[in-house]
Amino acid sequence: MILNQFLILAAVLFCIGVYGVLARRNGVLVLMSVELMLNAVNINLIAFSAYLRETAGEVFALFVITIAAAEVGVGLAIVLLIYRNLHSPDLDHVEQLKG
Amino acid sequence: MTDYYREYLAVAVLIGAGLAMVGGMLGLGKLIRPTRPQPQKYVTYEAGSDPVGGWGQSNVRYYVYALLFVMFDVEAVFIFPWAVRLETLGVQSLISMIVFIVILALGLVYAWRKGVLRWA
Amino acid sequence: MIVQNIFFWVLALAMVLGAIGVVRSQNVVHAALYLVVVMAGAAAQYILLAAEFVAWVQVIIYIGAVIILFLFGIMLTRAPMGGDTKLDNDQRWPAAVVSVFLAGVLGALLIDAFGKKEIVISGAKGEQLLQVGKAGHLADSIFTAYVVPFEVVSILLLAALVGAVVIARRD
Repeated sequence: MILNQFLILAAVLFCIGVYGVLARRNGVLVLMSVELMLNAVNINLIAFSAYLRETAGEVFALFVITIAAAEVGVGLAIVLLIYRNLHSPDLDHVEQLKG
Repeated sequence: MTDYYREYLAVAVLIGAGLAMVGGMLGLGKLIRPTRPQPQKYVTYEAGSDPVGGWGQSNVRYYVYALLFVMFDVEAVFIFPWAVRLETLGVQSLISMIVFIVILALGLVYAWRKGVLRWA
Repeated sequence: MIVQNIFFWVLALAMVLGAIGVVRSQNVVHAALYLVVVMAGAAAQYILLAAEFVAWVQVIIYIGAVIILFLFGIMLTRAPMGGDTKLDNDQRWPAAVVSVFLAGVLGALLIDAFGKKEIVISGAKGEQLLQVGKAGHLADSIFTAYVVPFEVVSILLLAALVGAVVIARRD
């Protein structure tokens, strides 16, 4: 297996995630796109860990997975708060700080 | 390395067989069953009472429970490798794991004190 | 070698199609289920790369826990009456241009930087790779070199839990 096939798969997933973050308006779906991007990063870490025969990459992937779980917990709580205050999960409605 | 891949090939074959079986059965059923759609068939209660509204709104309390589950799931992920190597790593790793568990348990204590675990 | 490559490409195709489903689906629950496809595909890729433990952690944490959180989030933010509103905003085309541009730049950079470098999975180096992914090896690494990040992660999780409880609690 070539190292690049994993890296390019990760790059494609990352770019699809970027598209989702930019084009989605529902807060839950934006968070899902962020998860896609974090998964792409993990694939990179594991691929390099296999290429270099180093455990460090896998430890970092473990930490990234952990932090992604915490991020989703807080992010969804914020979306719930937005939903409760504005009666819609759409991030377009969050504009009270706009000057 | 070949043995490793062979073991996981068995897992892949099992997953493929499961998907093929479910897909084959549902597809076969779709092919040979008669379809006569009528609007009454899609009503939730055929006994007569009309359903009100769409999806019911769930309570936010469920979310806190799901979150607690996620936190302790993550804790378990770090306990597994620690348990594999506890004997060789010794007391130092035991202490760091106890600190880890105590810090996470503080979150549970906080949730308890705030009353989110009580279903009132 | 060839079998692994066939598996890689099948999984990669499924993952990319699933990812496109996540960002294009007009049904929130379907998007969450497409995300399961992407994450299961990623776990299978980790197994191809002999990262056994991380692959199963991916299954436990992502498919087992994060997707549950997403489904709860979907159930809690759905309008009680009436169907879904539009899920996309009106900057779809600029977003597509940005992501295609980014994919081009990243792809060119990666091909230029790593070319045909190979991940050796056969022979003695393959056996060495197999040892890298074992849970015991990860434990050796976490509890010697990365003890401080490990404890910091617990504080991060505590902060996330407390913050989410404060935000989500109905007062």
